[in-house]
This record gives sequence, structure tokens and C-alpha cells, in this order.
Amino acid sequence: MRAVGGFIVTRVFVPRDAAALAVGADAVAAALAPHAQVVRTGSRGLFWLEPMIEVETQSGRIAYGPVSAADIPALLAAGLLEGHATAHRLGNPADIPFLRRQNRLTFARCGEIDPLSFTDYRAHGGMTGLDRAYAAGPAATVQTVLDSGLRGRGGAGFPTGIKWKTVADAKGPRKYIVCNADEGDSGTYADRMLMEGDPFTLIEGMAIAAFAVGAAKGYVYTRSEYPHAIATFDAALAIARREGLLGAGFDIEQRVGGGAYVCGEETALLESLEGKRGQVRAKPPLPAHQGLFSRPTVINNVVTLASVPAILRDGAKAYHALGFGRSRGTMPIQLAGNVRNGGLFEVGFGVTLGELVNDIGGGTRSGRPVRAVQVGGPLGAYFPPSLFDTPFDYEAFAAKDGLIGHGGVVVFDDTVDMARMARFAMEFCAAESCGKCTPCRIGSVRGRETIEKIIAGHEVDRNLEVLRDLCHTLRFGSLCALGGFIPYPVLSALEHFPDDFRRLAHPDARRNAA
Amino acid sequence: MPLLQETDYGTPAVTEGEAVTLTIDGQMVSVPAGTSIMRAAMEAGIKVPKLCATDSLNSFGSCRLCLVEIEGRSGTPASCTTPVAPGMAVHTISDKLRRLRRGVMELYISDHPLDCLTCSANGNCELQTAAGEVGLRDVRYGYEGANHLSAPVDASNPYFDFDPSKCIVCSRCVRACAEVQGTFALTIQGRGFESKVAAGMDEPFLTSECVSCGACVQACPTATLMEKSVVEMGQPEHSAVTTCAYCGVGCSFKAEMRGDQVVRMVPWKDGKANHGHSCVKGRFAWGYASHPDRILKPMMRDKISDPWRETTWDEAIARVARDFKRIQAEHGKDSIGVITSSRCTNEETYLVQKLARAAFGNNNTDTCARVCHSPTGYGLKTTFGTSAGTQDFDSIEHADVVMVIGANPTDGHPVFGSRLKRRLRQGAKLIVVDPRRIDLVRTPHVAASYHLPLRPGTNVAVLTAMAHVIVTEGLVNEAFVKERCDMQAFADWAAFVAEPRNSPEALESHAHVPAALVRGAARLYATGGNGAIYYGLGVTEHSQGSTAVMAIANLAMATGNIGRPGVGVNPLRGQNNVQGSCDMGSFPHELPGYRHVADDGVRAIYEKEWGVALEPEPGLRIPNMLDAAVEGSFRGIYIQGEDIVQSDPDTQHVTAGLAAMDCVVVHDLFLNETANYAHVFLPGATFLEKDGTFINAERRINRVRKVMAPRTGFADWEVTQAISNAMGYPMHYTHPREIMAEIARTTPTFAGVTYEKLDEESIQWPCNGAAPDGTPVMHVNGFVRGKGNFVVTEYVPTDEKIGPRFPLLLTTGRILSQYNVGAQTRRTANVVWHQEDVLEIHPHDAQERGLNEGDWVRLRSRTGETTLRARITDRVAPGVVYTTFHHPMTQANVVTTDYSDWATNCPEYKVTAVQVSPSNGPSDWQVRYTALAAQSRRIAEPEDAGD
Repeated sequence: MRAVGGFIVTRVFVPRDAAALAVGADAVAAALAPHAQVVRTGSRGLFWLEPMIEVETQSGRIAYGPVSAADIPALLAAGLLEGHATAHRLGNPADIPFLRRQNRLTFARCGEIDPLSFTDYRAHGGMTGLDRAYAAGPAATVQTVLDSGLRGRGGAGFPTGIKWKTVADAKGPRKYIVCNADEGDSGTYADRMLMEGDPFTLIEGMAIAAFAVGAAKGYVYTRSEYPHAIATFDAALAIARREGLLGAGFDIEQRVGGGAYVCGEETALLESLEGKRGQVRAKPPLPAHQGLFSRPTVINNVVTLASVPAILRDGAKAYHALGFGRSRGTMPIQLAGNVRNGGLFEVGFGVTLGELVNDIGGGTRSGRPVRAVQVGGPLGAYFPPSLFDTPFDYEAFAAKDGLIGHGGVVVFDDTVDMARMARFAMEFCAAESCGKCTPCRIGSVRGRETIEKIIAGHEVDRNLEVLRDLCHTLRFGSLCALGGFIPYPVLSALEHFPDDFRRLAHPDARRNAA
Repeated sequence: MPLLQETDYGTPAVTEGEAVTLTIDGQMVSVPAGTSIMRAAMEAGIKVPKLCATDSLNSFGSCRLCLVEIEGRSGTPASCTTPVAPGMAVHTISDKLRRLRRGVMELYISDHPLDCLTCSANGNCELQTAAGEVGLRDVRYGYEGANHLSAPVDASNPYFDFDPSKCIVCSRCVRACAEVQGTFALTIQGRGFESKVAAGMDEPFLTSECVSCGACVQACPTATLMEKSVVEMGQPEHSAVTTCAYCGVGCSFKAEMRGDQVVRMVPWKDGKANHGHSCVKGRFAWGYASHPDRILKPMMRDKISDPWRETTWDEAIARVARDFKRIQAEHGKDSIGVITSSRCTNEETYLVQKLARAAFGNNNTDTCARVCHSPTGYGLKTTFGTSAGTQDFDSIEHADVVMVIGANPTDGHPVFGSRLKRRLRQGAKLIVVDPRRIDLVRTPHVAASYHLPLRPGTNVAVLTAMAHVIVTEGLVNEAFVKERCDMQAFADWAAFVAEPRNSPEALESHAHVPAALVRGAARLYATGGNGAIYYGLGVTEHSQGSTAVMAIANLAMATGNIGRPGVGVNPLRGQNNVQGSCDMGSFPHELPGYRHVADDGVRAIYEKEWGVALEPEPGLRIPNMLDAAVEGSFRGIYIQGEDIVQSDPDTQHVTAGLAAMDCVVVHDLFLNETANYAHVFLPGATFLEKDGTFINAERRINRVRKVMAPRTGFADWEVTQAISNAMGYPMHYTHPREIMAEIARTTPTFAGVTYEKLDEESIQWPCNGAAPDGTPVMHVNGFVRGKGNFVVTEYVPTDEKIGPRFPLLLTTGRILSQYNVGAQTRRTANVVWHQEDVLEIHPHDAQERGLNEGDWVRLRSRTGETTLRARITDRVAPGVVYTTFHHPMTQANVVTTDYSDWATNCPEYKVTAVQVSPSNGPSDWQVRYTALAAQSRRIAEPEDAGD
């Protein structure tokens, strides 16, 4: 509550995150506008509760959700602005179990502040990381990131500090910071949420990177399917320039992709940024040596770069203290698909898949038993409940022929046909292949065709052998992770759900189906 | 020689870098750091299967056949994209790799037609080879799946087909178009399985930006891009390395043959001028050699109004000797002469000038180089001491600033143009001095830092103004000048150029180039690192052509840009053997090696060698011969391989001269325009039909090899020898190597040249005791003449001035697909790109005259008029019009004037004051000439035809 022109006006926080907008947040804001001061924020990531609004009261912010515009008159009448109890009242957001169980570092401000208020950003601890970096110097900044154990959150999990050190040590007058915001994995939205909900964190992270390696120019490559993120981030860039965060020594330009999944692959992204066809480059040379326009380039994912300010602010030790095994710090895990409590859950590595799906996610939205979970986007493996004891950790997932990727978790109930999911994987690969390397260009199409033959019950054993051979070719022969990882969903489906591939294997079954 | 198969190392050679030792399949290999594993393996004799890699292109890593295993590293990296590292242990074969490669190949073949036996690449297909190498035995996917087998063939290009059903999308064609040719006409369109090679915006090859250089065809590992000649004739079975007979770049080609027929000409990777690249002319436009217009039997007639009558060689030679001897008896020994050709071999040219000097007893020899690069010879000899360019073509790899003046390399010297563009894409800066906005000014990934669109005829003004900037702004390389140049000459020159009247500002009104551009260009050239100048006929074919060449030499000396790789003064020679024909003593005042006929010592060498006394006075130049003919004192001429009616200026004066002669002997492939005025026609042999040598623009002596017997019965040198013998001066050569031996014996710069050496590798002269392996870069430790000589270059405007009657300036040039007078290229499918000469005119000038695109226009100068169609374009500045001279119907030289270079008589082709007006048909001259040509070309039926 605050006094405006002699009136007491209550502040109500309404998300402007795309996930909230999709379920009517703008209408809710409009309905509230005559009665309260509406502040638009990012989302806290409790998507099943969106639109989730928060009322500023004497005893802190009180959340309500999900609310619709139609609910507003009744809510107002019931004392919404005073924080009174209603059926929608969720209480203090920090006490909502889904949030309480998290360890929010990277997303600490997301949903809390007006994403385009630089004052709010500073008031909530923003800019401290950059100040610490300036004070420590470039080499110490690189060392801090190295010591924190931060690994690339885009999926590859490569140690960020090593990448930065390579670029810092590279000779040459011109270096670049490139942020990969081409978030294309199914069931992921962390990058988008951050760019819509706390864009200055990303800008600060890039500024720290630029200072650490000696770059003067940064690019953010954002997927075209994120219009709100694009607009918010552009607005944030303008503010950051006005506030002096960008400008003289370092500036950032946002570029929008053309709708190709493969441009999330770092070298294809660089090609696209250069104005060329988004086609994967062979490595070496590594982007750290010859990246954008053949200059040494740090290319990191949004979450990676956005994690850096907190690391610099709190120190490497504090970050490293969180996590599991060689996976240090927190990971914003994104629950999606057929899950009751869908949303973003930032937590230290080590939480098990079962905890995520059943305890945190609350099982399926349909109420039916969970049959499979795909972790790590369309290239990730399908895990059955028997593997739910797998801790969320790069190495633990790799040991079970899976990957955590960008942290997407997509839940399926027992109605899923895993042979069709395997077919979809190949179809996805075929649709998104850049076409450069042979295994991916032709193999994905042959993979889809072969699985279709299997589904149709045509020479199932022989075609399963062909499929396994093809997956071997794709896995070890592809130029990039798209073709290289597409065997994960296919082989995991085959491994864990073999019966789905044999439904029409027997002649009788085919006859019945016909 | 059996079919030459060059080894493909997969990735380009790395020349610099410390040696790295590794083991590949247990074998120790040492290669320079940066070398790919693939190349290292290949150099050790281990062939890793590959499809997308080829050593003319950067590695790409797409086919995934060349995967290897490296001890201590995970995965299976591609050997083409992975550089070697010290101590690395590589395995190119294992069960895993075998399985992977078969897997990849199985995918390829699942989308490839199974028509090997009827495929044009059968027996020479990399896909077929690779399938064999990986042991593919089965395609388990079947053939009912998605595929590209019904993709339609694009046969639009006259020389090659594009059959996308056979394409494996390796991108070699796309990369060749980009990396080697630099045209960027090809792309991969679509993505994933829909990825396909597309020309331009998915157009037919013919109408796309494709320049038909053949690099894509060369790069294609399958029959997707295939020469139509191979489709028709089958794969070649033997080959010989020879030299292209088109421009002065001097590309080496493999003539790939079946029997005595050429199947295709393939650029030779070891060719020192072209390194495996080619252009549409050398690569494809050789069909003129078997064109029905070729004359294969000698012909004679009494009067030029008579029809031709076929005859025997003996009769024809006897007639020539009889007529020439009679003319000399009646009009004196100076009444006949010869014109040598820059198209023929050195040996042939040498013999023709020897014929004049030894058999005719006069110095009446001149060459078509008179009308192109004679100012180069004069200018560079005066300043540096040698009548030749200073560099090899490889020098461009080290240039930082390139100044192109009066040359259009992407059209005129396309293979060098591609190398230049590649260097520019690597970051070298470009200055273009040209009245037209030539392609180089802005072409994909290349943009000139400066384009000085000067008014035709003002080269000297602009070059002197650049010198003014360099001198007055303290940009002279004083250390170089002090050490290497004549200081008195420098001081005189510096004082001259520093005069305010030579400033860019003062000359702006003449040259029409903003002074700031001239200043910027001069600063860039002087301070931008290695500065290299390349120039063409836009410099020489002016009344101040020699002055401009010397102005260029002055700039290079003043900035120290002489004597090392990356710099220099480089004339881009128009024809295949301009350099050689000049070297061989074709000019009336010079014996071979540019030694004056007045020099008793030099004459003594030849008098001893030839056994005759030689005239110490220079003979007649071509224009003087023609003048003397009109006047009646010059009455017989032997013209080998040149068409002076079409190529020399002021056509009506040329024809008047020829018509006045008693015996005109034309020795050529075709009944050219000059033959319309000839009494004896001796059929010539093409470059495919004889042995010999050409010398290219970089002084490189390249072997020309006979790949088929002369279709006429005799190589040209044999014909010249027969004339000489019939004239009573005996010559007894049995092979051109004997002629070269004589050249080497008598000419110091060629002293070390032998066919034995040339058969090993081409040589750049000087090649002698001091430089037994030849001389890639000249003037390295000092100028040939001693001290570099600065020459004052006073700008004198040409007398050819615009006025109310002739308000426009015409300048001329050539186009990529056509060559010179077009005698060859017009008799190939190249005409699809350029069927007629057109007049480029600025929209403003067109508007003023009410002209529309494609209109017939009359082009008139004070000497004559012709008609052609207009092309409206702002490539030319207002006030300037431009055309080519490839087609005899246009006869652009009807309008050019008799003005010429003050020093060498090189015609002022590049500046003619003209008027352009609408027209509704050919000019009277064209009508008359066409009728005369038809009349003159008649060939009588053999009298015994009825038997």
C-alpha cells in the first residue's frame, strides 16, 4: 500500500510472462486497474497457478491464483486488496511448497520485480556481481566462474570457466560474447522466463563475461517464437544503455532467429548471426578460438550467463556448495507435459527424477500413472519410473544413457505409445536437420520410415536391427548433437518399452488390426 | 600419355608451420602443424574414404565417411576437420569405423539411382569408389522411401548438365563456387532432406549468376554436374598437359582424350598460373577447333573479288614465294613484311620474324601486341629495365592493397580475377581506377575501398595526382628510393609531381574524379602494406599509354613496392602469348630479347646464327605498313594468326591498305575479316595440333603439347619454314624444341631454357646461369637497368576531344564469354551469353536521346559509323559509352581513330569522341561490308567435283 495523491492505493503484482498472458493475465490486470496500482512482473514459474497475482499488504505479498478477470469483482468484494482469505488465496508466495523447496539464485528476482525497473533491479541485489567483478579484475572474475563449477546450462554442460579462460587467453583485438537464447527444446522455457522476468540479470551476466574476457560486443540470439521476450529484452537493453550498464565499453545487440531448431546449436547459431544459412560448423576450430566472424567468442546459454551475477555476488564457494557430484550450483528444472504442477523449479543438482515428477510435479495432470518421462528436450532419453531414483546430475543421467540438457522434464501417462514417440523423434530430427551431414540428413528420414515399418509390423526383427545400426551411425557419425543425440529417445523407448514396438509383429495382430 | 589422375589429398596443403609427428595406423608421419589428419594420412599413402573433402577446398566435415579413431580421445572425429597433434595415434580402420562408414554409405545409396552402368561418371565416380572402399553390400532401407530420384535435370547450360537425382549434397560445388571462383552463384537451398543445390534463386544454371567457370563440375564427385561432352562421348582414356590458348593468364589444362578427340579440358592442379582453376573459355570453349568453318586446305585467288580456289600446299607455298620475290624484285626488298601473332607459339613467332629478317632481308615485322601492350614494353623497359611484369601470379597471396587500373580481371582474366577476389575476401584492400563500375567494384564479399571513375583518357592525370599526394604528404619510401633508384631522376620527378598543377584538386576538372578520392586512394596504396598494381589495356591503349605505364612504375618505385612477393607492377596480358611474341623479336626495331637492331653486337649474334647480313635500321610498324601500302611502296604481307581488319583501329584505313597490296597472305584457322582482302589463304593449326610454348603475363614459359595431328597437315611453324625454303632461305627444323634451342642459344634471358626442363616444370624468364630455375619475382636486389628510373609524366590531353558533334566518349573492352575478335568464341556455345556487341550508355544520356533498352542505335565518330543495340546502365558514367569488339558485324573499330601512343603507336582504342542516335538498321558501311565479305568468302567448287 502506498499513498498516491492523498489516496491509499494498493499495489497488485500481475505477471506479464507469456505463460500468464496465455491464460488471461492481461484481462486480469485490466480488471484490477481501476481498483489498484497494477505492477507487471515476471512469473514465479508456478504455471498451474497462473494467472497468479500478488497483493502488497502490511504482512507482505499475498498470492492468489489461478484468477481470471471474471473472478476479480468477487475477489475485490471478498477483500482481495486487504489480503483477505478467499478460495484463491495461496498465502505468502515464499510459503507455497513449490517455491519453498526451491533454491532460487538465478531466478531469485523473477516474478518478484518489475522486469524493466532498473531501480527494482538494483534494490534486489542487481549489479553487485558486476561491481565485484570490476573490483576483482578480469582474471579473478574468470577464476571465480571456474571455481564455482558452473557448467553450460544449454545442455552440453561444458565448464563455463574453461570456455571463458580460453577466450580470455586468445589473442586478438576483437572478441565477442554471444548468448544463445534460441531455446527450442520441448518443455523448456527458463530462458524465456528470465528474459521476460529479469532481463537485467542476463545483461549483467554478459557484461561480466565481456569484462572477464575483454569483449566489446555482445549478441543475444533469440528465437523468433518469443515475441514477448524479444520486446522485453530490447526494452531492457535500451534502459541498460541509459543507465550506463551498456554503451561505452560493451554493448549488446539482440538478433532474432528464423525458426530453425538447429540454430540453437552453437556453431549453426554463429553462422546464422553472421547472416548465413544456419548450418553446423565442424569443430575444431572451437568458437572460443574462432567463433563469430572468426573471432574468439564466448557462447553461453541464457541461464549460464544469468547465473554469473549471483556467483560473483556470493562468491564461488557459495555456489559450489550447492549441487551434486560434478554438477555444481542450481538448475532451473522445467516441468512440463502431462504433469499436475507444471512450472520452473530451481534447485541444487541432485534431486531425483522421482521427487521431481511425483513430489514436486504432483504426478500426472490426467491422474493416470506416469509411464515415461523425457528429460533434456527432444534429444533426451525416455526414462521409465524404474529409473526415478536417478539424481538430476549430468553424469548420473549420462550413465543411464540419458541427458539433462537444458533441464526440461516432460511427463507422459500410461496412454503413451512409445513406438510413436520414437517415430516422432526421427520425424523431429528430419524436420530440424540442417542437412549438412549425411547421417542426420538422410538417416533421420530413413529412421522415421523404418520405425513406421516396425509399427506396421513389417519385418519387425530385421527392421529393429536396421534401426539399431542406424542409431549407431547417427550417434557416432553425426556432425552435431542433433543427429548425435536423436538415438537417445529412440533407443531408450526401445530399451524400456520394447512391447510398444511389437504390437503388430505377429501376423494375427496385423490381421486383427486390419 | 595415359589418363593423368592427380592425387586428391582431401584438404589443402599447409605450407607453414612446424613439423608435427604422429602415427597413423602405426606408421610415423611428419607434416606441418595445421595439416589435417586426412592429408597426413594421404601423404603417408593411407587413403581414408571421403566424399565431401577435396584438396582444392577447405575442409567441411559433412559426409562423415572419413571418421577415424584417436587414442585417448572419445568419439570418432572426422579426419578432414581434425588437425594433427604431436604424438597423436590415429587409427583409420577398425570394426567400429567399418560399421560407421557402411552405415553412412548405406544411407547415401538409399537415395541414389542404381544406374551405374549407364551413368556418365561410370568408372570415374567418387561415390562408386567410396562404396567399394567401405564394402557396402546391401541397402536394407529399400527404395520405396523418400528420395530425390525423380528430380529433373537442368540441361540449360550449354556445356554441362545438372542432374540433382545423383546429388549427394556434399556442397563441393557450392564451396568451389564460393572459395575458388568467388561468384557465390550456388547455394544449398532448403534444409534437412530437402537440402538441394540451387543456382541463384533456384533458377536454371544458364540464367543464374553462374559464370560457367567449371569449378563446380570439377568439384563434383558424382555425375550430378557433368560435362555434356562426357555424357556424349564417354570417359576419356588418355590425356596430355597443355596450355590454354586464350588469355594471358596461361592456365594449364589436361586435354582429356578419346583417340584423337578431345573429351574435355580439365584445369591442371599443378598448373602454376591457375592451380587447378579455369574459366568458361579455356574449360569449355574449345569446340571451334572442330567447327565446320575451319578451313583445312590452302586456297588461292588472283583477285580478291574472285572466289577462293582450293589448292595444294606445294602450289600455295610456291605462289607465296613467287609473288613475294617478284614484289621485292620490282619494288625493293622493303616492300614486303610480316605480322606475327600473339596467339601462336613462341617458336612460330620466332620463325616468322626470322623469315622477315633473314629471308626477306628487312625488319618489316610487327605483331598484334603493337595494338595492346607495346606501351608496357616501352614503359617498363625505360623505368625498370625489363619489358615485362615484375611478379608471378602467386604474388597476389601476399598483397595487402591491390590497385586495378584499366583492367577488368573478372571478365578479361577470370582465373586471376578469382585469385584476386579470394585475396580480397581475406582482407586485402582494393582500389579500382576505371571509367566503368566493373564487377570488382562490388561483387559478393568484395567491395573496393576506392573506385576512381575517371574520364577516359585521363589515366596520366590521375596517376600523377596520386604521385603528388605521395610526395607532398611525405609518403615516399625514401630508404628504398635512395638505395634502389636514380636520385637525380627521382628529384626531377618529385619536383614535377609536387607542382600544384599536378594536385588532385587541380586535375579534378580533367579527370572528373573527386580530389578526396584520389588522395584517399594514394594514401592507401602508399601506406597499406604490400601494394600491387595490376593493369590492362585501359592503361596502354591511349595516346599517353607509355606515359601511364611509366606513371605506374613511378608510383611503385616511390612507395618501395617492387622486388618482393605481394607488390609489383603487373600488366595483365590480353592474349595467350603477348609476352612471348614481344620476347621473340616481333617488333621491327628489336631482335629477340628486346635488343635493338642497331646494336652491332646483337646483330652479330644472329648474323652468325642465321648466316645472313641483317639490316641495322628498324622496319615498318603495322600502321606504317598500311600507310606505305596506300602510298604504293609496300605490296606484300604474310599475316599469321591476326585479324587486323577487325582488331586494328580505323578499319577503313586498314582495308584500304590491304586492298592496295599485290599479295596478302593470311595464315589462320578461319576465313577471318582480313582474309576478305587476301590472295592466299594458308590454313592454320590450333593449339591442340602442335607442340610449342606460350609465355603468359608472369613471364612463365608453358609447354603447349600436340594432342592430335594438325587437321591441315602442317603445324604453323612448318608452313613458315616452307615459305622460307621456297624463298630461298633454308630452314631445317624437325621439332619446335630445335627452335627453342636456337632461341636459348641467342637470347640471354632464355639461355637456360630447354624442352627437357619445360617438360618437368614451367619456367619464368629470365632463366640463365644467374637464375637456372627462372625468376618468379624480378628486380629483387636491384633493377635490371641498374637504378630505377623515374620519368616525368606530363599529362597531355588527347587530341580526340568531345564537341557538339561528338559529345560522348566511347571506350571499349571485352566480356567474359567472348575473346578478342571472337574468331574462336563466336564458334562455340559461348554465344548464348553474348550474341552481339551492345553499347552501354548511361540512363541520362539515353534519356536525352530518347533511347530505350535494346534499341538499335547509330554510333558515329569522325572516322566512321556502325550500329548496334543499346544497353542502358549506370555502370558507365554520364558522357561515357562502352562496347566490346567481339563481333565482326559491329566492327567497333570502324569508329575508332588513328590516334595512337606517342612512343609505340599503340592505338588509342579507349577514347573516341562519338555521337549516339536512334537507328533503324545497319549503317551503309555495314551493309556494304557484309556484301563484300559474302562475296569475298565464296569458295569455288573443285573443278573435278563431277568425276
